Amino acid sequence: MTNKYSVEEIIKRSGANPLKCMKCGKCSATCPAYDEMEYHPHQFVSMIADGDIEALVKSDSIYRCLSCFACVERCPRGVEPAKLIEALKLEVIRKKGQNYLTPNDIPNMLNEDLPQQAIVSAFRKYTK
Amino acid sequence: MKMSYFPGCTLKNKATDLDVYARLSAEALDIMLEEIENWQCCGGMFTSSNDEVATKLSSVRVLNSAFKKGQDLVTVCSACHNVVKQTNNAMQTDSEFASKVNNYMGEDKYEGQTKIYHYLEMLRDVVGFEKIKEKVVNPLKGKKIGAYYGCLLLRPSKVMAMDNPENPTILEDFIRAIGAEPVIYAQRNECCGGYVTLESPNSAKKQSNRVLENAKANGAELIITACPLCLYNLKKSGANIPVVYFTELLAEALGLKEQTND
Repeated sequence: MTNKYSVEEIIKRSGANPLKCMKCGKCSATCPAYDEMEYHPHQFVSMIADGDIEALVKSDSIYRCLSCFACVERCPRGVEPAKLIEALKLEVIRKKGQNYLTPNDIPNMLNEDLPQQAIVSAFRKYTK
Repeated sequence: MKMSYFPGCTLKNKATDLDVYARLSAEALDIMLEEIENWQCCGGMFTSSNDEVATKLSSVRVLNSAFKKGQDLVTVCSACHNVVKQTNNAMQTDSEFASKVNNYMGEDKYEGQTKIYHYLEMLRDVVGFEKIKEKVVNPLKGKKIGAYYGCLLLRPSKVMAMDNPENPTILEDFIRAIGAEPVIYAQRNECCGGYVTLESPNSAKKQSNRVLENAKANGAELIITACPLCLYNLKKSGANIPVVYFTELLAEALGLKEQTND
């Protein structure tokens, strides 16, 4: 592997603190995308806190977060899991050739009702 | 009263109903919405990471345009509102971020001075729901309406500060003001599936279906939203219940809807 991922950078960029987590699991309990994920929000937090992110950076789970901030709002310790997930995702897609979505993918995803907002939002989250 | 207005990309295209009825109704309520000149798309989603700078510049320019005119800023799309308001908060609270942004702004320095209203907040705090009640000529009597907040209007609540994030009332108060009956249901502030619909439509369908089945089970006949992506996902969910923009019902209640049909 030539790509090196920095846990320190991820935490700093997120502005969140995974060490505040008391492992109650509320973030995963309230996550509307829970069923779609291989690793769930509480696992994101503990894996980042432990510096053990190898499996996370390779998992599609980082693209399943809806950025709905339910976990951020409802965490009793103010850990803000969605911000950690976002920072980790940026660490991946900022590497050359690792965009999750490219303009070439778009034509096949279009239908006549699709709002522009869906496309710009997806690019903001999946592509650098 | 004059206020600056940022419609955003989707309101100029797939969500023209949200825009047209918002402008028409504002005028009838004595608010002149002045569209920001040469605005650019907000990007649809705020990136929470503090080293993302360039992606937030379009929002800062919108905020600064309103500031230079000495006006408050009105948004109506939930996504635009969320992005612009979170960006403004970052300009106020993160000095390192603000100084990086201002490196791009030339002479046009900005420090987060603009006050931002979502259109619903404008109705509540500037116009007043009581005044709207007085102006209603076509009350939607007996209509049972489920308010759909989704996520972007309310969260993160520390920044958005529109309403109680778990038990909001602004849309229900709006529904009462236009003479209809609000239906409270548990899923009204859960996510519709958002942008995931692009590459995983079935996932979004599942989220939206859960919301609408819950609304129907509580007696809703119609759903209102402020977000074009919510409207799209809810309509594609397969649940058999109509979904419209709240501005359309406002225009209808104010007796303005007929004017737009020519």
